[in-house]
Amino acid sequence: MQRLGGPALAALGILGLLSVFLILPIATVFVSAFSDARGQITLAHFAVFFQQPLMLESFYNSLYVALSASVAAALIAVPLAYLTVRFQFRGALLIQTLGVLPLIMPPFVGAVALQLIFGRSGSVNLILNDWFGVTLPLMEGLNGVIFVEALHYFPFILMNLTVSLRNIDGAMEEAALNLGARGWRLFIRIIFPLAMPGFVAGMALVFVKVFDDLGTPLVLGATNMLAPQAYLRITQVGMDDPMGYVISVMMIVFSIFAMWLSVRVLKGRDYSTLQKGGNALQQRQLSKGESILAYGWIGLIMLLVLSPHLGVLLLSFASVWSFAPLPDGYTLAHYATVFEQSPGMLSNTLLYCGLAAGIDVLLGTSIAYLILRTKLVARHWLDWIASAALAIPGLVLAIGYLRTFRGVLVPGTDVLFTATWFLIMIAYAIRRLPYALRSCMAALQQVHHSLEEAAASMGATRLRTVRRVMIPLMAGGMLAGFVTSFITAAVELSATMMLVTKESQAPMSYGIYLYMQSTSGRGPGAALGVLAIVAVALGTYASHWLVSRHQRLTQIHRPQG
Amino acid sequence: MKKVSVECRDVSLSYGTTDVLKNINLTITPGEFFALLGPSGSGKSTLLRLIAGFNSLKTGQLLVDGVDISQVPAWQRDIGMVFQNYALWPHMTVWDNVAFGLVERRVARAALKQRVQDVLELVGLTDYAQRYPGQLSGGQQQRVALARTVIIEPKVLLLDEPLSNLDKNLRTQMRQELLALQRRLGITTIFVTHDQEEAMTTADRMAVLHHGVVQQIGTPVDLFDTPINRFVAEFVGSMNKLNATVQEILADHLVVNFLDGMACTIAKTAVSPSLLNALRVGASVLVCARPHQVSLQHNTQSSQGTSQVSSLVLPGTVVAKEFMGQQTRYFVLSNSQQVMIDQTHQLGETPYAVNAQVMISLPISNIKILDT
Repeated sequence: MQRLGGPALAALGILGLLSVFLILPIATVFVSAFSDARGQITLAHFAVFFQQPLMLESFYNSLYVALSASVAAALIAVPLAYLTVRFQFRGALLIQTLGVLPLIMPPFVGAVALQLIFGRSGSVNLILNDWFGVTLPLMEGLNGVIFVEALHYFPFILMNLTVSLRNIDGAMEEAALNLGARGWRLFIRIIFPLAMPGFVAGMALVFVKVFDDLGTPLVLGATNMLAPQAYLRITQVGMDDPMGYVISVMMIVFSIFAMWLSVRVLKGRDYSTLQKGGNALQQRQLSKGESILAYGWIGLIMLLVLSPHLGVLLLSFASVWSFAPLPDGYTLAHYATVFEQSPGMLSNTLLYCGLAAGIDVLLGTSIAYLILRTKLVARHWLDWIASAALAIPGLVLAIGYLRTFRGVLVPGTDVLFTATWFLIMIAYAIRRLPYALRSCMAALQQVHHSLEEAAASMGATRLRTVRRVMIPLMAGGMLAGFVTSFITAAVELSATMMLVTKESQAPMSYGIYLYMQSTSGRGPGAALGVLAIVAVALGTYASHWLVSRHQRLTQIHRPQG
Repeated sequence: MKKVSVECRDVSLSYGTTDVLKNINLTITPGEFFALLGPSGSGKSTLLRLIAGFNSLKTGQLLVDGVDISQVPAWQRDIGMVFQNYALWPHMTVWDNVAFGLVERRVARAALKQRVQDVLELVGLTDYAQRYPGQLSGGQQQRVALARTVIIEPKVLLLDEPLSNLDKNLRTQMRQELLALQRRLGITTIFVTHDQEEAMTTADRMAVLHHGVVQQIGTPVDLFDTPINRFVAEFVGSMNKLNATVQEILADHLVVNFLDGMACTIAKTAVSPSLLNALRVGASVLVCARPHQVSLQHNTQSSQGTSQVSSLVLPGTVVAKEFMGQQTRYFVLSNSQQVMIDQTHQLGETPYAVNAQVMISLPISNIKILDT
């Protein structure tokens, strides 16, 4: 019998944490959905779900919106990705930088701005109506949700697809040209199928994100969808209403189904065909005419993609803005209001997200180390469990917490556990753990084992090796993991909405939502939104800078073999 | 099938300000198996890709069957190419890969089926039609790539380092298969390689490229026996080079002087043609001989070098040796010049030791005079 060593204890600790804050809450949700009042197993709640017209409608709406948004996002992303990879022009850089911008703002913030720009009496429709007497129903009902989500999430497809396209060996295309294929047929038969893995992965991600999103439908008043229904059931009918749990289960099932499907489709199709020393697809110079067309088109897309940001910015400075293409006047008053009324929100965001990101990096590094550097039995389970959090919508996790820890008091006080901000922070940490774990794994994989062996052969103990060799070399990846966790947690709304019990606990994301509820609050809400965007953008830039600096510093240029 | 010729006339190509190909002139006769040999960066692959239509020339003409095709796009050239890494499409089965060119040519279903079957049979892969490229071995992938290309009955077949991704034994086997297939189909074939052994064993004729310039064109024997310059001499096999100066130029002989003052009379036919015209008294030249053409004996009387009518005999010291099985290569220092000698190994023979005093003997008939 082996004595329990440090790694084993650490593994058990992590497992315990994940059990209490991930497995247990989700299990509770499933149990609640499948059991009746006396604790017997039953499918009755699901029968009820499919008998209620509102539930069925919500179900179909959610599916329809998620599918349509994925397709719409693909329509935006595919040509952009193809342009960047195929042609040699400066617009490629523009696409890459601006294409990621939508992700740094919570989608629901953009929803408000888009309503002002593309809504029934928004800028665009006012102008169109004046000039041509027509209006575009872009923001009507579910269309609005689809439009907002597609604009927000298309970068997932863009980024994945671009990577896939870049990994195609140029010879693949040349072989087809050599055998007589070209143009559209070449794209359809060779290039697109080879880039399929990235495309499918991106599509699945968009589908899951849209299916789970709570903030956007709520802000746009589209409550006849699954996520808003779950929220309304739990907050308005109460914790004992089984419908909330049934919806939660359905959401998890669909998330897992979409991911399973994408893995299934991609099975055995790792098409990274570019080999060492090979050339990527040949890039072509655009002719002058083509250049103008390409830039025009990119400009149009960018205008569309950046309109939420522009809208929020205008809104934050607008004294009055209604029934007019542009605000009637400009003021700084909203920013003053924000700093006066809610400095707490800023510090709450820093506190929760900072702690959550710190926990993520700690857990991520530990799990990465256990998996890659120890031979612990069942160590891969930690990875699988932590990654499973990807399939759990924030809303569902929050519902699980509320149900699991209902009535539990903080030891030594009479404060309810569910009323503390601790759960908000933990929810952030658990939800972002998969991303942080990936960064840490990647970072550790890049540290060659021989570097640690060299330290060991010089007499360093395991712990000393970790501290003096591994951690310094991993620092870039860990930092990237921290920043990604931090900024994505800062824009998380669905778990926040469920878990915030009083306004003094609210972080910025929730604050923006609260402000946006009333017409008079839109200005300060937008101002808070702008602050969030600036913070997130700065964070992204800082992490990028730090990581590339770290890579430069720790890279040894080996002589070519 | 009609056999066609390929001709490059004054072909030049540059990437930006770097000239990659300079004034290439080549004529490849119909049905010939032609090798482009050169080190990496010599421009050989660039030339091949230019013929395929993936690079466009700056000046000059590219004629196939007497017609200039330099402005014809790649997909209309009917010039088949087998890529170095095969470039099989991983998302298609062997059958679909092979049928691709016919589908693009809108060949009717029945005819297509027949032709794909025939070609798969030709390369011995009938049983693998429904496999994906990822499920095949290197040699099988190579055959699929070949089948995919020959099925369109290209006018010219281009092979880019076709054997470099295979292990040594398989390479020899595929080399013979490739040659047999080419002979059977009679397609004019151009292949690129950096491996002189591969070029010499397969090619009817070959061209050696260096820095984007064709150095020499000829049969493998031509290039081995009468290399035109130092580069070709060293790239096609190994070559000993001894520094000497021209002492005297006679009607059909010349006398060269080595560092130690020893003189030697050599026939003018041994001088490379390009050097012959520029030959003058006092010029530095290289006296060259292949390592296997030099022989080695013990030097018991520590005698001086002599220049006899038939061979040049020089004293020296063994500084290093490499036992290679069928032969031993000695590195002998003679009057501060190093000479390589390959001596066939006989059963039970003990090689000369390092520091042994030896006499080396170069038969004058095997000597070539090249420009420094």
